Amino acid sequence: MSATDTETAAPGSAARGMAIASAIGRFALIAVTTYLGLLAVTFFIGRIIPIDPVLAVLGDRANADVIERTRRAMGLDLPLIEQFYVYVKSALAGDFGVSVLTTNPVMDDIKRVFPATIELATVGTLIGTLVGVPLGVLAAVKRGSLIDQIVRVIGLVGYSVPIFWLGLLGLVLFYARLQWVAYPGRLDVVYQYTFTSPTGFYLLDSAWQGQWDVFRDALRHIILPAALLGYFSLAYISRMTRSFMLNEMAQEYIVAVRAKGLSETRVIWAHALRNAAVPLVTVIALSYAGLLEGSVLTETVFSWPGIGLYITDSLQNADMNAVLGGTIVIGSVFIAINLLSDLLYQVLDPRTKTQ
Amino acid sequence: MMMEKIAPRSRFWLAGAALSALLVAGVPLGAYAATPADTLVEGFAIDDIISMDPAEAFEISTAEVTGNTYSLLVRLDLADTSKVKGDLAESWTISDDGLTYTFKLRPGVKFASGNPLTAADVAWSFERAVKLDKSPAFILTQFGLTPDNVTEKAKATDDATFVFTVDKPYAPSFVLNCLSATVGAVVDKKLVSEHLKAMTPSDDYKYDNDFGNEWLKTHSAGSGVFTLREWRANEAVVMDRNDNYYGEKAKLARVIYRHMKESSGQRLALVAGDIDVARNLGPNDLDAIAKNEDIVTTSAPKGTVYYISLNQKNKDLAKPEVRQAFKYLIDYDAIGATLIKGIGEIHQTFLPKGVLGELDENPYKLDVAKAKELLEKAGLKDGFSVTMDVRNTQPVTGIAESFQQTAGQAGVKIEIIPGDGKQTLTKYRARNHDIYIGQWGQDYFDPNSNAQTFASNPDNADTGKVATLAWRNAWDIPELSKQTEAALLEKDSAKRAEMYRNLQKEVLDTGPFAIIFQQIEVAGIRKNLKGFKLGPSFDTNFVGQISKD
Repeated sequence: MSATDTETAAPGSAARGMAIASAIGRFALIAVTTYLGLLAVTFFIGRIIPIDPVLAVLGDRANADVIERTRRAMGLDLPLIEQFYVYVKSALAGDFGVSVLTTNPVMDDIKRVFPATIELATVGTLIGTLVGVPLGVLAAVKRGSLIDQIVRVIGLVGYSVPIFWLGLLGLVLFYARLQWVAYPGRLDVVYQYTFTSPTGFYLLDSAWQGQWDVFRDALRHIILPAALLGYFSLAYISRMTRSFMLNEMAQEYIVAVRAKGLSETRVIWAHALRNAAVPLVTVIALSYAGLLEGSVLTETVFSWPGIGLYITDSLQNADMNAVLGGTIVIGSVFIAINLLSDLLYQVLDPRTKTQ
Repeated sequence: MMMEKIAPRSRFWLAGAALSALLVAGVPLGAYAATPADTLVEGFAIDDIISMDPAEAFEISTAEVTGNTYSLLVRLDLADTSKVKGDLAESWTISDDGLTYTFKLRPGVKFASGNPLTAADVAWSFERAVKLDKSPAFILTQFGLTPDNVTEKAKATDDATFVFTVDKPYAPSFVLNCLSATVGAVVDKKLVSEHLKAMTPSDDYKYDNDFGNEWLKTHSAGSGVFTLREWRANEAVVMDRNDNYYGEKAKLARVIYRHMKESSGQRLALVAGDIDVARNLGPNDLDAIAKNEDIVTTSAPKGTVYYISLNQKNKDLAKPEVRQAFKYLIDYDAIGATLIKGIGEIHQTFLPKGVLGELDENPYKLDVAKAKELLEKAGLKDGFSVTMDVRNTQPVTGIAESFQQTAGQAGVKIEIIPGDGKQTLTKYRARNHDIYIGQWGQDYFDPNSNAQTFASNPDNADTGKVATLAWRNAWDIPELSKQTEAALLEKDSAKRAEMYRNLQKEVLDTGPFAIIFQQIEVAGIRKNLKGFKLGPSFDTNFVGQISKD
């Protein structure tokens, strides 16, 4: 049962460990330089934009003395390079300063809003993957058929229709008309003050605490925005699956396993998809990372208190500490997911282990 | 071996499939979610909140919260908003020289904390506002209060008597109107003293504690009809009923403002009953709910006017004929009928309706021929080109586009420079614009607030410290500045009102401001709500009297 053409002799576990360790080392190096670049770019963009950061703190009406004093207190009177030095120093210590808008330390804010985005992105990616991969496989297998066309249209719509509009449409249909889902935010007002969420993941926490009515309510709130995000990642994932599958189906080993008399189902799902799964992991990971950045529009439409909404609001209010902190955290997550997907690549594709 | 590897992954897929099945099956065909009977839920864009401390807060949504969680010496008289009436002050007297105001406090008032409210709390509230010197502090310091003299000028002579001394014999209406601003909210000294943060005195900040500023950013310490339970930035503000309130207690136990930015989202939630009130409905959504049987709308004019202003540093715009021509190039009727329908009404003078001295005159209409004539007089027969900074939100974008089109008919080519709000404002404040479209909300409910900004510019130099709107547009008006100043000292309210009417006529006629409309605040409310009313200002949007059927 074990025959695929990629099967090679299992290398020693020590060698594999080395390979993974060096991959991690390489990535750490890339990560550090990327962080520094990210830090520099966001910082200087934040200072170059023609917006007076004091406005964010004081509003439009403060008098000249108050403005001058605040400017000094914010360190904005220092030379730019010195400001950057101060910023990097505190950022390395994990201190991104205090958000003007919320008056909390930026790190605390992010800890508060990020779980909401992670929860949404996870459910969204789950939906996107579970529907997108089979659709893509189907489209590849029945290439040129009606199903292929339908999948193509679904993908096209997913790519080209503004999520904002689709979100509203979904709300009108499933919330306002059919009343299948709940809105706005993550929970109904009734539960807001009877339920505490230690981790910030409402689904997990409510299930853990056995509060099934809260769980159901949280589910009703998350399902529509998650399905929407899922649809958009589905569009991408199904297209990629299709093309990876077409690629695999044209390989000689497929002819070989067919010749061995395996059922077509096994040929497709156990052999072709297994090999297509390797690059697919990267695709799914990237799409997940994309969703984690916070879907600004989705979060706005659904009043979802996640990081996308947080950063947009901060940006609109010229709250640079929050924007910089948020950007760096998201950058870190993006880099981490890339690293993870590359490691997973090594696990899934035996060839990369020996190299 | 391969088998072993496939198996765990298949299990993962299976688990995933099972979970997604659960997701679908678990979603019930839900019934309408009504809000709890003792709770008012409002959908409201509350992302402007920076701080709940009345000594610091100067934002729209915050004004509503502090207006409901704090009491003041005096409040606007909602029956006649050109006057005030006592809130904590039972009565007051003004000395003959017009400098000393003596307030007698209502007896037996308690803070929400249960602490008794005395004149010492009032004095301390003034002291901390002046010493903290945050954005709204000028409303008090304009009466000559300084950190050094505030304990003398605003002091308690006994538990029930608060004496306020001003530096000039101002019009009493001016002083009292200013004291009705939220910066004059009375803060619970005893409670806040338990939450002081130690500070290191420096040149910029001379005191060893923060007067509770940090704690009050997220808490309330007032004696209003509600208390602040929680503010989660960009998520919700929650207020609980204050059972120690001296007047009629709130009918509902709790009020929740949910942060919702989108008009359409608010509309959907309102129709479904997940919120009782929608506060930020745009013209389209207002139209749509007008037919809904469960929903009514209510509105009130607010103290914000929208205007187009012309920078007098631009040689073309500085010509008096051009200033006037531009006022004839705005299609007020079309703007009123479409762009601001339901959210504003045409209003061309700088004092909003409801304020002492308001002047209800809208002489300008779109008149391209007349504008052309004026431009010709100015030597600009063939028109000219000019830029306009427009922040990318409605309705200003729409108004700018309408203006661009009508001005084009007279040969004036307007290039619109779109930008983010803070960005256009930064440019405007540096006087680097040609034309700017903006809005101005009054800082306090007195004619001086807008008169000062539209009709006074004490020092037109680039280094000028008083950045009024007249200054931002480099409109040098020594004479009008003097008149504005004089109106402050007029004791007779009727005469004072007349002075403001004259100022408005002058600005209407010659000013570099084409004032277009006054904002109307609209709310969509569910029919089972009783007593919901919008006030003339954001700090008078009271929620205590609201009940549910």
